Amino acid sequence: MSGLRDAFLSALVALGLFVPLVGLVTTPSDHGLHLVVRPVATAVVVGLVFVGRLAMLAWRGRTRRDAVKANRAFAERITRAGKYVTPVLLAAAVALPFTGSRYYIDLGTLVLTYIMLGWGLNIVVGLAGLLDLGYVAFYAVGAYSFAILAHTFGLGFWTCLPMAGLLAALWGIMLGFPVLRLRGDYLAIVTLAFGEIIRIVLINWVSLTNGPNGITDIPRPTLFGLAFSMDGGDGTVAGFLGIEPAVIQRIIFLYYVILGLALLTNWVTLRLRRMPLGRAWEALREDEVACRSLGINVTNTKLTAFAIGAFFGGFAGAFFATRQAFISPESFTFIESATVLAIVVLGGMGSQLGVALAAIIMIGGLEALRDFLSFLGDQMNNPVFAGIASELPLYRMLIFGLALVVMMVLRPRGLISGRTPSVAMTRPKEIAAELVAQGRG
Amino acid sequence: MAYALQQLINGVTLGMIYGLIAVGYTMVYGIIGMINFAHGDVFMVGAFLSLIALLGLSALGITSVPLALALTLIFAAAIAALYGWTVERVAYRPLRGSFRLAPLISAIGMSITLQNFVQVSQGARVKPIEPVIPGGIQIMNQGGFTVQLSWMQIAIVVITLVILGIFTWLVTRTPLGRTMRACEQDLKMASLLGIDTDRTISLTFVIGAALAAVAGFLFLLYYGVIDFYIGFIAGIKAFTAAVLGGIGSLPGAVLGGLLIGLIEVFWSAYFSVEYKDVAAFSILIVVLIFLPTGILGRAEVEKV
Repeated sequence: MSGLRDAFLSALVALGLFVPLVGLVTTPSDHGLHLVVRPVATAVVVGLVFVGRLAMLAWRGRTRRDAVKANRAFAERITRAGKYVTPVLLAAAVALPFTGSRYYIDLGTLVLTYIMLGWGLNIVVGLAGLLDLGYVAFYAVGAYSFAILAHTFGLGFWTCLPMAGLLAALWGIMLGFPVLRLRGDYLAIVTLAFGEIIRIVLINWVSLTNGPNGITDIPRPTLFGLAFSMDGGDGTVAGFLGIEPAVIQRIIFLYYVILGLALLTNWVTLRLRRMPLGRAWEALREDEVACRSLGINVTNTKLTAFAIGAFFGGFAGAFFATRQAFISPESFTFIESATVLAIVVLGGMGSQLGVALAAIIMIGGLEALRDFLSFLGDQMNNPVFAGIASELPLYRMLIFGLALVVMMVLRPRGLISGRTPSVAMTRPKEIAAELVAQGRG
Repeated sequence: MAYALQQLINGVTLGMIYGLIAVGYTMVYGIIGMINFAHGDVFMVGAFLSLIALLGLSALGITSVPLALALTLIFAAAIAALYGWTVERVAYRPLRGSFRLAPLISAIGMSITLQNFVQVSQGARVKPIEPVIPGGIQIMNQGGFTVQLSWMQIAIVVITLVILGIFTWLVTRTPLGRTMRACEQDLKMASLLGIDTDRTISLTFVIGAALAAVAGFLFLLYYGVIDFYIGFIAGIKAFTAAVLGGIGSLPGAVLGGLLIGLIEVFWSAYFSVEYKDVAAFSILIVVLIFLPTGILGRAEVEKV
């Protein structure tokens, strides 16, 4: 009974929220705007809130202890499954192009780009604990460095890739220096501002970046100097191998390039985590004051985290540019930074597997949602839905935003929340008394 | 001289709007220490609510401008307050006491939600309105350049000052304000002393959202054009204003808002319009380097 009352109150609040914005639509007409009333849509939304609230209360009806137990069991299962999930995922990633479906390969490339971005940002946010809301800036620097270098000096993808990474790392250090003293949310807002500055400069520095029109005709990557072109001549992959040239060959090649780059990022991160530097990052994340008292050079530690994170962001950017063959400032908005950060946080801050899973769920989910919505729109031939069918694709980002909120509320610590230190002392080391006396214990 | 005076007037007007939004950021940050990312979008929702109310009132045949404006302001503030309350209840309260990044992501999600909700429900096109209060007074004329002070600008400054006056009274003189200040100083201690912290936090969001709606209302009247995207940029700038003034400090937020408004207007007038946002953000970075706590902020004590 109290549940019913609760749902009724929720519906009442929804009525207050949605009557003005859903019920009354500002529509342009001959003389200025006028309002169109939409009672049905409002009633539907409010009804949904009522039913949704009831369902939520019923689901929460389980005792709290059950919920906690289920949560812990889930975490344990995931951790145990992690051993098998990683090779399975890797095998699936390698095998994906053999499906031959252009759609899946394109989707896989997109997901892998985000996995790589997620792993790159994971170094900054997940390992070093520095909150970066402007990661897209490095992605943009990488993409534009490659595009401009390629156009100005006629260099190819493989020559430009390390340069794009290094330039992005340079920008990472340049951003890193001034913000070293800042903490937490101040850092977040400064990095956000930095991302916006880069975007505004890209839009307005027309002589260098061609402004909002973007840069076109960015060269594609080659395979050991062989191009993927349709003429099938001597200098092309198809001509060299003596096979029929097809677009899909380039698509598959790009897929393996990003797979390789992403795995490189992962490998470097895993190695770094075991090095003193990586351990310093993790220590910094846990407690900055303790780090300083233990003599860790906080400045260098933070700067390297920024630089290495930015380096991989630059790689991903260069890949993005070569894959699209076209870039414009529109691709580097705050929403990209937010998506990548959400992937890292949802992945569980520091877990490599978690980041990969989160990227698959979020980016794959977004694409699945796009298909589902356009499919739904096509099905709605009924004139009753005439107004809504064409608008359905617009609901994608709305659902994405809501899903972010729901996922955070349900699993605030991410999918894989276990944060085991990469290096742990197993047994106390025996140290000679005189060494202890010298302060080396 | 005349040109600079005109820019000063424009800058102060814009700064007032930023200041109103910044107060909401700084209040929430002061109490629960999170960036309420959706606050800029609540401002945008407030602007849309004002637009809808103005159109609705004219459709109902209310022609008296002061009455229509007053009713619009009350309506927009009330409904936006409901939005603020709902956002806190749905996206932030379940995450209270959770680790630092979870509410931030949830807030970003809420911001995306609100933006796209308005885009879906009201359409993506810009919404223009006729000037509600046309005309103004000419202050001076120098070398062919006339300094204009429009009635609208006077209205904006007066409304902002009145609203901020009421707000200051609320925070410094009422029991509600006292509990809010107590929560800001020490949330845990306040709850031990019997303050309903959840209710206080909710009310903080409600008040912040109402102030943002007032800002949205003024923005709509001043510029006459709104769309679903105005919340993002205005939100970042208002947050910049809050940080600039010293986050947690209410007079600081207004001061920061004024400074950001002035910087933006003067930069546009004397250097380039395209880079006005770069100027505002660069100032933020420079201030944080040399004055990490902002202008009026208290230094954070580092506890081990």
